[in-house]
Amino acid sequence: MSKVKVLGFWYSPFVARVKMALKMKGVEFEYVEENIRAKSELLLESNPIHKKVPVLIHDGKAIVETMIILEYIDQTWEGPPILPRDPYHRAMARFWVNFIDEKCLNTMLKACWRTGEEQEKWKEEAILNFQILENEIKGKKYFGGDEISVVDHAANFIAYWFPLISWGRMELVTEDQFPNLWRWSSHYCNHPFVKDNLPPMDVMIPKFKPA
Amino acid sequence: MTWPRPGYIVSTLHINPTDYCILIMAAASDVKVLGMWSCPYVNRAQLALCIKSIEYEFIEENTLKKSDMLLKHNPVHKKIPVLIHGDKSVCESCIIVEYIADAFDTGPRILPSDAYDRALARFWAAYIDDKWYPLVKVLRQSGDKEERKSLVQKLFEGLILLEEAFIGCSKGMAYFGGDSIGYLDIILGSCLACLRVTEKVVGVELMDPTKAPQLAK
Repeated sequence: MSKVKVLGFWYSPFVARVKMALKMKGVEFEYVEENIRAKSELLLESNPIHKKVPVLIHDGKAIVETMIILEYIDQTWEGPPILPRDPYHRAMARFWVNFIDEKCLNTMLKACWRTGEEQEKWKEEAILNFQILENEIKGKKYFGGDEISVVDHAANFIAYWFPLISWGRMELVTEDQFPNLWRWSSHYCNHPFVKDNLPPMDVMIPKFKPA
Repeated sequence: MTWPRPGYIVSTLHINPTDYCILIMAAASDVKVLGMWSCPYVNRAQLALCIKSIEYEFIEENTLKKSDMLLKHNPVHKKIPVLIHGDKSVCESCIIVEYIADAFDTGPRILPSDAYDRALARFWAAYIDDKWYPLVKVLRQSGDKEERKSLVQKLFEGLILLEEAFIGCSKGMAYFGGDSIGYLDIILGSCLACLRVTEKVVGVELMDPTKAPQLAK
Protein backbone atom coordinates (compact mmCIF):
# COMPACT_ATOMS: atom_id res chain seq x y z
CA MET A 1 0.00 0.00 0.00
CA SER A 2 1.34 3.44 -0.92
CA LYS A 3 2.67 5.53 1.95
CA VAL A 4 1.46 8.70 0.25
CA LYS A 5 -2.04 9.18 -1.11
CA VAL A 6 -3.76 12.18 -2.60
CA LEU A 7 -7.55 12.33 -2.60
CA GLY A 8 -8.85 14.70 -5.25
CA PHE A 9 -10.96 15.62 -8.23
CA TRP A 10 -9.07 15.50 -11.54
CA TYR A 11 -10.34 18.94 -12.59
CA SER A 12 -9.49 20.77 -9.34
CA PRO A 13 -6.78 23.46 -9.53
CA PHE A 14 -6.10 22.92 -5.82
CA VAL A 15 -5.46 19.21 -6.33
CA ALA A 16 -3.22 20.08 -9.32
CA ARG A 17 -1.06 22.20 -7.01
CA VAL A 18 -0.57 19.33 -4.57
CA LYS A 19 0.25 16.80 -7.31
CA MET A 20 2.78 19.19 -8.85
CA ALA A 21 4.43 19.78 -5.48
CA LEU A 22 4.85 16.04 -4.87
CA LYS A 23 6.26 15.57 -8.38
CA MET A 24 8.70 18.45 -7.83
CA LYS A 25 9.97 16.62 -4.75
CA GLY A 26 10.10 13.30 -6.60
CA VAL A 27 7.61 11.69 -4.20
CA GLU A 28 5.69 8.68 -5.48
CA PHE A 29 2.07 8.75 -4.52
CA GLU A 30 -1.22 7.02 -5.15
CA TYR A 31 -3.90 9.26 -6.57
CA VAL A 32 -7.48 8.48 -5.53
CA GLU A 33 -10.22 10.08 -7.60
CA GLU A 34 -13.16 11.21 -5.49
CA ASN A 35 -16.76 11.63 -6.58
CA ILE A 36 -18.11 15.06 -5.60
CA ARG A 37 -21.63 13.64 -5.38
CA ALA A 38 -20.66 10.58 -3.35
CA LYS A 39 -17.65 11.35 -1.20
CA SER A 40 -15.79 8.30 0.03
CA GLU A 41 -15.57 7.12 3.64
CA LEU A 42 -11.84 7.75 3.43
CA LEU A 43 -12.38 11.41 2.48
CA LEU A 44 -15.02 11.98 5.16
CA GLU A 45 -12.81 10.36 7.81
CA SER A 46 -9.69 12.21 6.69
CA ASN A 47 -11.34 15.62 6.44
CA PRO A 48 -14.38 15.43 8.74
CA ILE A 49 -14.62 19.19 9.26
CA HIS A 50 -14.50 20.51 5.70
CA LYS A 51 -15.14 17.27 3.74
CA LYS A 52 -13.17 18.69 0.82
CA VAL A 53 -10.29 17.81 -1.47
CA PRO A 54 -7.35 17.85 -1.69
CA VAL A 55 -6.34 15.57 1.16
CA LEU A 56 -2.80 14.27 1.52
CA ILE A 57 -2.44 11.07 3.50
CA HIS A 58 1.11 10.27 4.59
CA ASP A 59 1.84 7.24 6.77
CA GLY A 60 -1.79 7.19 7.86
CA LYS A 61 -1.92 10.89 8.81
CA ALA A 62 -4.23 13.22 6.91
CA ILE A 63 -3.24 16.76 6.02
CA VAL A 64 -5.88 19.06 4.53
CA GLU A 65 -6.16 22.56 3.01
CA THR A 66 -3.99 23.17 -0.05
CA MET A 67 -1.42 25.62 1.30
CA ILE A 68 -1.05 23.63 4.54
CA ILE A 69 -0.41 20.53 2.43
CA LEU A 70 2.21 22.35 0.33
CA GLU A 71 4.04 23.55 3.43
CA TYR A 72 3.94 20.00 4.83
CA ILE A 73 5.37 18.59 1.59
CA ASP A 74 8.10 21.23 1.62
CA GLN A 75 9.08 20.46 5.19
CA THR A 76 8.89 16.67 4.90
CA TRP A 77 10.76 15.86 1.69
CA GLU A 78 14.13 16.96 0.29
CA GLY A 79 14.28 18.40 -3.20
CA PRO A 80 13.66 21.77 -4.83
CA PRO A 81 11.99 24.19 -2.38
CA ILE A 82 8.29 24.85 -2.83
CA LEU A 83 8.42 27.97 -0.69
CA PRO A 84 11.37 30.37 -0.53
CA ARG A 85 13.89 29.61 2.19
CA ASP A 86 14.37 33.25 3.21
CA PRO A 87 11.83 34.16 5.96
CA TYR A 88 10.78 37.44 4.34
CA HIS A 89 10.36 35.99 0.86
CA ARG A 90 8.49 33.09 2.41
CA ALA A 91 6.15 35.56 4.18
CA MET A 92 5.60 37.39 0.89
CA ALA A 93 4.81 34.11 -0.89
CA ARG A 94 2.25 33.24 1.80
CA PHE A 95 0.77 36.74 1.49
CA TRP A 96 0.28 36.50 -2.27
CA VAL A 97 -1.09 32.95 -2.17
CA ASN A 98 -3.58 34.12 0.44
CA PHE A 99 -4.50 37.17 -1.66
CA ILE A 100 -5.04 35.07 -4.78
CA ASP A 101 -7.13 32.44 -2.97
CA GLU A 102 -9.17 34.77 -0.77
CA LYS A 103 -9.61 37.81 -2.98
CA CYS A 104 -9.12 36.81 -6.61
CA LEU A 105 -10.59 33.31 -6.86
CA ASN A 106 -13.51 34.13 -4.63
CA THR A 107 -14.57 37.26 -6.49
CA MET A 108 -13.91 35.69 -9.91
CA LEU A 109 -16.25 32.80 -9.22
CA LYS A 110 -18.96 35.02 -7.78
CA ALA A 111 -18.74 37.32 -10.79
CA CYS A 112 -19.00 34.33 -13.08
CA TRP A 113 -21.95 32.58 -11.48
CA ARG A 114 -24.12 35.53 -10.44
CA THR A 115 -26.24 37.69 -12.71
CA GLY A 116 -27.46 41.26 -13.03
CA GLU A 117 -26.47 43.88 -10.47
CA GLU A 118 -24.81 41.33 -8.21
CA GLN A 119 -22.59 40.13 -11.02
CA GLU A 120 -21.57 43.70 -11.78
CA LYS A 121 -20.69 44.32 -8.16
CA TRP A 122 -18.47 41.23 -7.96
CA LYS A 123 -16.97 41.96 -11.35
CA GLU A 124 -15.91 45.43 -10.17
CA GLU A 125 -14.30 43.97 -7.07
CA ALA A 126 -12.57 41.24 -9.07
CA ILE A 127 -11.15 43.81 -11.48
CA LEU A 128 -9.70 45.83 -8.59
CA ASN A 129 -8.02 42.70 -7.23
CA PHE A 130 -6.68 41.76 -10.65
CA GLN A 131 -5.19 45.21 -11.05
CA ILE A 132 -3.19 44.54 -7.91
CA LEU A 133 -1.93 41.25 -9.40
CA GLU A 134 -1.25 42.97 -12.72
CA ASN A 135 1.05 45.42 -10.92
CA GLU A 136 2.72 42.62 -9.01
CA ILE A 137 3.63 40.64 -12.15
CA LYS A 138 4.79 43.68 -14.13
CA GLY A 139 8.40 43.28 -15.26
CA LYS A 140 8.58 39.65 -14.10
CA LYS A 141 8.28 36.43 -16.04
CA TYR A 142 6.71 34.64 -13.10
CA PHE A 143 5.46 35.76 -9.70
CA GLY A 144 8.56 34.00 -8.37
CA GLY A 145 10.84 36.05 -10.69
CA ASP A 146 12.75 34.01 -13.27
CA GLU A 147 11.53 30.74 -11.81
CA ILE A 148 8.01 29.45 -11.16
CA SER A 149 7.04 29.66 -7.51
CA VAL A 150 4.22 28.57 -5.24
CA VAL A 151 2.49 31.89 -6.03
CA ASP A 152 2.40 31.03 -9.74
CA HIS A 153 0.83 27.68 -8.92
CA ALA A 154 -1.72 29.43 -6.67
CA ALA A 155 -2.71 31.52 -9.67
CA ASN A 156 -3.07 28.43 -11.90
CA PHE A 157 -6.82 28.93 -11.84
CA ILE A 158 -6.43 32.32 -13.51
CA ALA A 159 -4.15 30.95 -16.21
CA TYR A 160 -5.89 27.70 -17.08
CA TRP A 161 -9.31 27.18 -15.55
CA PHE A 162 -10.97 30.58 -15.57
CA PRO A 163 -10.68 31.18 -19.35
CA LEU A 164 -12.73 28.00 -19.79
CA ILE A 165 -15.28 28.70 -17.09
CA SER A 166 -15.85 32.29 -18.12
CA TRP A 167 -15.91 31.64 -21.88
CA GLY A 168 -19.34 32.55 -23.22
CA ARG A 169 -20.40 33.83 -19.80
CA MET A 170 -18.40 36.99 -19.23
CA GLU A 171 -15.11 38.70 -19.93
CA LEU A 172 -12.95 39.56 -16.98
CA VAL A 173 -9.23 39.11 -17.53
CA THR A 174 -8.95 40.72 -20.95
CA GLU A 175 -5.64 41.19 -22.72
CA ASP A 176 -6.28 44.93 -23.17
CA GLN A 177 -6.80 45.56 -19.49
CA PHE A 178 -4.34 43.02 -18.11
CA PRO A 179 -1.50 42.56 -20.63
CA ASN A 180 1.01 41.45 -17.98
CA LEU A 181 -1.30 38.79 -16.56
CA TRP A 182 -1.98 37.54 -20.10
CA ARG A 183 1.74 37.32 -20.79
CA TRP A 184 2.28 35.52 -17.49
CA SER A 185 -0.59 33.06 -18.22
CA SER A 186 1.07 32.10 -21.48
CA HIS A 187 4.47 31.58 -19.81
CA TYR A 188 2.89 29.56 -17.01
CA CYS A 189 0.76 27.26 -19.19
CA ASN A 190 3.65 26.61 -21.57
CA HIS A 191 6.24 25.88 -18.89
CA PRO A 192 7.31 22.27 -19.60
CA PHE A 193 6.70 21.03 -16.04
CA VAL A 194 3.29 22.73 -15.79
CA LYS A 195 2.21 21.61 -19.26
CA ASP A 196 2.91 17.98 -18.37
CA ASN A 197 0.90 18.21 -15.19
CA LEU A 198 -2.23 20.15 -16.05
CA PRO A 199 -5.41 18.19 -16.82
CA PRO A 200 -5.58 17.82 -20.62
CA MET A 201 -7.58 20.50 -22.40
CA ASP A 202 -9.55 17.98 -24.47
CA VAL A 203 -11.21 16.63 -21.29
CA MET A 204 -11.45 20.04 -19.61
CA ILE A 205 -13.40 21.64 -22.46
CA PRO A 206 -16.49 19.36 -22.32
CA LYS A 207 -16.53 19.69 -18.53
CA PHE A 208 -16.41 23.46 -18.28
CA LYS A 209 -17.54 25.10 -21.50
CA PRO A 210 -21.24 26.06 -21.53
CA ALA A 211 -23.41 24.00 -23.88
CA MET B 1 8.39 52.86 22.73
CA THR B 2 4.97 51.68 23.87
CA TRP B 3 4.83 48.20 25.35
CA PRO B 4 1.69 46.06 25.06
CA ARG B 5 -0.38 46.65 28.19
CA PRO B 6 1.02 44.03 30.59
CA GLY B 7 -2.20 43.48 32.51
CA TYR B 8 -4.08 42.78 29.32
CA ILE B 9 -1.51 40.34 27.99
CA VAL B 10 -0.94 38.69 31.36
CA SER B 11 -4.60 38.14 32.13
CA THR B 12 -5.58 36.76 28.77
CA LEU B 13 -2.80 34.18 28.67
CA HIS B 14 -2.18 33.67 32.40
CA ILE B 15 1.52 34.55 32.05
CA ASN B 16 3.38 35.13 35.31
CA PRO B 17 3.91 38.92 35.49
CA THR B 18 7.50 38.46 36.62
CA ASP B 19 8.28 36.20 33.68
CA TYR B 20 6.65 38.73 31.36
CA CYS B 21 8.85 41.57 32.60
CA ILE B 22 12.03 39.47 32.46
CA LEU B 23 11.26 38.50 28.87
CA ILE B 24 11.43 42.08 27.60
CA MET B 25 15.07 42.37 26.50
CA ALA B 26 16.65 44.33 23.67
CA ALA B 27 17.24 41.98 20.78
CA ALA B 28 16.46 44.01 17.64
CA SER B 29 15.70 47.70 17.59
CA ASP B 30 14.49 48.08 14.02
CA VAL B 31 11.11 46.46 14.54
CA LYS B 32 7.81 48.33 14.47
CA VAL B 33 4.22 47.21 14.81
CA LEU B 34 1.47 49.34 13.33
CA GLY B 35 -1.79 48.59 15.09
CA MET B 36 -4.51 49.35 17.58
CA TRP B 37 -4.06 48.35 21.21
CA SER B 38 -7.46 46.63 21.35
CA CYS B 39 -7.20 44.62 18.13
CA PRO B 40 -6.73 40.87 18.70
CA TYR B 41 -4.90 40.47 15.39
CA VAL B 42 -2.39 43.14 16.43
CA ASN B 43 -2.01 41.45 19.81
CA ARG B 44 -0.83 38.34 17.98
CA ALA B 45 2.16 40.17 16.56
CA GLN B 46 2.91 41.65 19.98
CA LEU B 47 2.66 38.29 21.73
CA ALA B 48 4.98 36.65 19.23
CA LEU B 49 7.56 39.43 19.57
CA CYS B 50 7.28 39.20 23.36
CA ILE B 51 7.88 35.44 23.28
CA LYS B 52 10.97 36.01 21.13
CA SER B 53 12.15 38.83 23.43
CA ILE B 54 12.20 41.32 20.55
CA GLU B 55 12.07 45.00 21.42
CA TYR B 56 9.82 46.95 19.10
CA GLU B 57 8.13 50.27 18.64
CA PHE B 58 4.35 50.20 18.73
CA ILE B 59 2.65 52.81 16.57
CA GLU B 60 -1.02 53.33 17.34
CA GLU B 61 -3.08 53.73 14.20
CA ASN B 62 -6.42 55.46 13.77
CA THR B 63 -8.48 53.18 11.51
CA LEU B 64 -10.74 56.10 10.61
CA LYS B 65 -7.76 58.12 9.47
CA LYS B 66 -5.04 55.73 8.29
CA SER B 67 -1.49 57.04 8.36
CA ASP B 68 0.71 57.40 5.27
CA MET B 69 2.99 54.84 6.90
CA LEU B 70 0.21 52.24 7.05
CA LEU B 71 -0.90 52.91 3.47
CA LYS B 72 2.72 52.69 2.30
CA HIS B 73 3.48 49.42 4.13
CA ASN B 74 0.17 47.67 3.40
CA PRO B 75 -0.98 49.14 0.08
CA VAL B 76 -2.97 46.01 -0.82
CA HIS B 77 -5.25 45.63 2.20
CA LYS B 78 -4.58 48.95 4.02
CA LYS B 79 -5.15 47.14 7.33
CA ILE B 80 -3.43 46.51 10.63
CA PRO B 81 -1.39 44.79 11.89
CA VAL B 82 1.74 45.52 9.90
CA LEU B 83 5.15 44.41 11.10
CA ILE B 84 8.02 46.51 9.83
CA HIS B 85 11.42 44.87 10.21
CA GLY B 86 14.15 47.09 8.85
CA ASP B 87 13.05 47.85 5.33
CA LYS B 88 10.62 44.93 5.11
CA SER B 89 6.89 44.99 5.75
CA VAL B 90 4.91 41.91 6.64
CA CYS B 91 1.10 41.94 6.73
CA GLU B 92 -1.68 39.60 7.88
CA SER B 93 -1.49 38.43 11.50
CA CYS B 94 -0.82 34.71 10.97
CA ILE B 95 1.81 35.48 8.34
CA ILE B 96 3.41 37.96 10.75
CA VAL B 97 3.53 35.39 13.56
CA GLU B 98 5.12 32.81 11.23
CA TYR B 99 7.61 35.42 10.02
CA ILE B 100 8.58 36.24 13.61
CA ALA B 101 8.95 32.50 14.30
CA ASP B 102 11.24 32.13 11.25
CA ALA B 103 13.24 35.36 11.40
CA PHE B 104 14.19 35.51 15.08
CA ASP B 105 15.94 32.61 16.74
CA THR B 106 15.75 34.01 20.28
CA GLY B 107 13.37 32.55 22.82
CA PRO B 108 11.28 29.39 22.63
CA ARG B 109 10.02 27.90 19.38
CA ILE B 110 6.59 29.21 18.32
CA LEU B 111 5.70 26.54 15.75
CA PRO B 112 6.20 22.82 16.39
CA SER B 113 9.29 21.27 14.81
CA ASP B 114 7.38 18.20 13.57
CA ALA B 115 5.86 18.77 10.11
CA TYR B 116 2.55 17.09 10.94
CA ASP B 117 2.13 18.96 14.24
CA ARG B 118 2.91 22.16 12.35
CA ALA B 119 0.24 21.32 9.75
CA LEU B 120 -2.27 20.69 12.55
CA ALA B 121 -1.44 24.03 14.18
CA ARG B 122 -1.97 25.84 10.87
CA PHE B 123 -5.21 23.96 10.27
CA TRP B 124 -6.71 24.94 13.62
CA ALA B 125 -5.49 28.53 13.26
CA ALA B 126 -7.34 28.75 9.93
CA TYR B 127 -10.41 27.15 11.53
CA ILE B 128 -10.40 29.71 14.34
CA ASP B 129 -9.98 32.63 11.94
CA ASP B 130 -12.26 31.51 9.11
CA LYS B 131 -15.03 29.59 10.91
CA TRP B 132 -15.13 30.08 14.66
CA TYR B 133 -14.02 33.56 15.68
CA PRO B 134 -16.09 35.44 13.03
CA LEU B 135 -19.18 34.03 14.78
CA VAL B 136 -18.17 35.89 17.97
CA LYS B 137 -18.39 39.29 16.27
CA VAL B 138 -21.70 38.45 14.59
CA LEU B 139 -23.08 37.30 17.95
CA ARG B 140 -21.99 40.48 19.69
CA GLN B 141 -23.71 42.63 17.06
CA SER B 142 -26.86 40.55 16.72
CA GLY B 143 -30.03 41.80 18.35
CA ASP B 144 -32.18 38.87 17.24
CA LYS B 145 -32.87 36.30 19.99
CA GLU B 146 -33.20 33.32 17.66
CA GLU B 147 -30.10 34.26 15.71
CA ARG B 148 -28.14 34.60 18.94
CA LYS B 149 -29.30 31.17 20.06
CA SER B 150 -28.18 29.62 16.78
CA LEU B 151 -24.80 31.39 16.88
CA VAL B 152 -24.15 30.31 20.47
CA GLN B 153 -24.90 26.73 19.48
CA LYS B 154 -22.45 26.92 16.57
CA LEU B 155 -19.80 28.43 18.84
CA PHE B 156 -20.24 25.59 21.32
CA GLU B 157 -19.93 23.02 18.53
CA GLY B 158 -16.69 24.68 17.45
CA LEU B 159 -15.49 24.89 21.02
CA ILE B 160 -15.82 21.11 21.39
CA LEU B 161 -13.66 20.66 18.29
CA LEU B 162 -11.09 23.09 19.69
CA GLU B 163 -11.11 21.21 23.00
CA GLU B 164 -10.24 17.99 21.13
CA ALA B 165 -7.56 19.86 19.22
CA PHE B 166 -6.13 21.17 22.47
CA ILE B 167 -6.01 17.71 24.05
CA GLY B 168 -4.19 16.40 20.96
CA CYS B 169 -1.74 19.29 20.58
CA SER B 170 -0.92 19.93 24.24
CA LYS B 171 -0.14 16.27 24.98
CA GLY B 172 -1.21 16.78 28.60
CA MET B 173 0.67 20.02 29.14
CA ALA B 174 -0.55 23.56 29.82
CA TYR B 175 -0.58 25.01 26.30
CA PHE B 176 -1.33 24.07 22.70
CA GLY B 177 2.44 24.44 22.31
CA GLY B 178 3.11 21.98 25.12
CA ASP B 179 5.09 23.44 27.98
CA SER B 180 5.44 26.84 26.34
CA ILE B 181 3.12 29.21 24.50
CA GLY B 182 3.01 28.33 20.84
CA TYR B 183 1.34 29.34 17.62
CA LEU B 184 -2.18 28.22 18.47
CA ASP B 185 -1.99 29.71 21.94
CA ILE B 186 -1.19 33.04 20.29
CA ILE B 187 -3.97 32.72 17.69
CA LEU B 188 -6.71 31.67 20.11
CA GLY B 189 -5.35 33.55 23.11
CA SER B 190 -5.52 36.87 21.27
CA CYS B 191 -9.26 36.29 20.77
CA LEU B 192 -10.02 35.77 24.46
CA ALA B 193 -10.49 39.42 25.42
CA CYS B 194 -13.13 39.97 22.71
CA LEU B 195 -14.68 36.66 23.68
CA ARG B 196 -15.02 37.86 27.29
CA VAL B 197 -16.61 41.14 26.14
CA THR B 198 -19.10 39.18 24.01
CA GLU B 199 -19.91 36.96 27.00
CA LYS B 200 -20.82 40.05 29.00
CA VAL B 201 -22.92 41.49 26.14
CA VAL B 202 -24.95 38.35 25.48
CA GLY B 203 -24.92 36.92 29.01
CA VAL B 204 -23.58 33.50 27.98
CA GLU B 205 -20.36 31.84 29.11
CA LEU B 206 -18.89 30.98 25.71
CA MET B 207 -15.69 29.41 27.04
CA ASP B 208 -17.93 26.97 28.90
CA PRO B 209 -15.89 24.75 31.27
CA THR B 210 -18.54 22.01 31.13
CA LYS B 211 -18.07 21.75 27.36
CA ALA B 212 -14.34 22.51 27.16
CA PRO B 213 -12.78 21.94 30.57
CA GLN B 214 -9.17 21.84 29.37
CA LEU B 215 -9.49 24.96 27.21
CA ALA B 216 -11.28 26.84 29.97
CA LYS B 217 -8.31 26.04 32.24
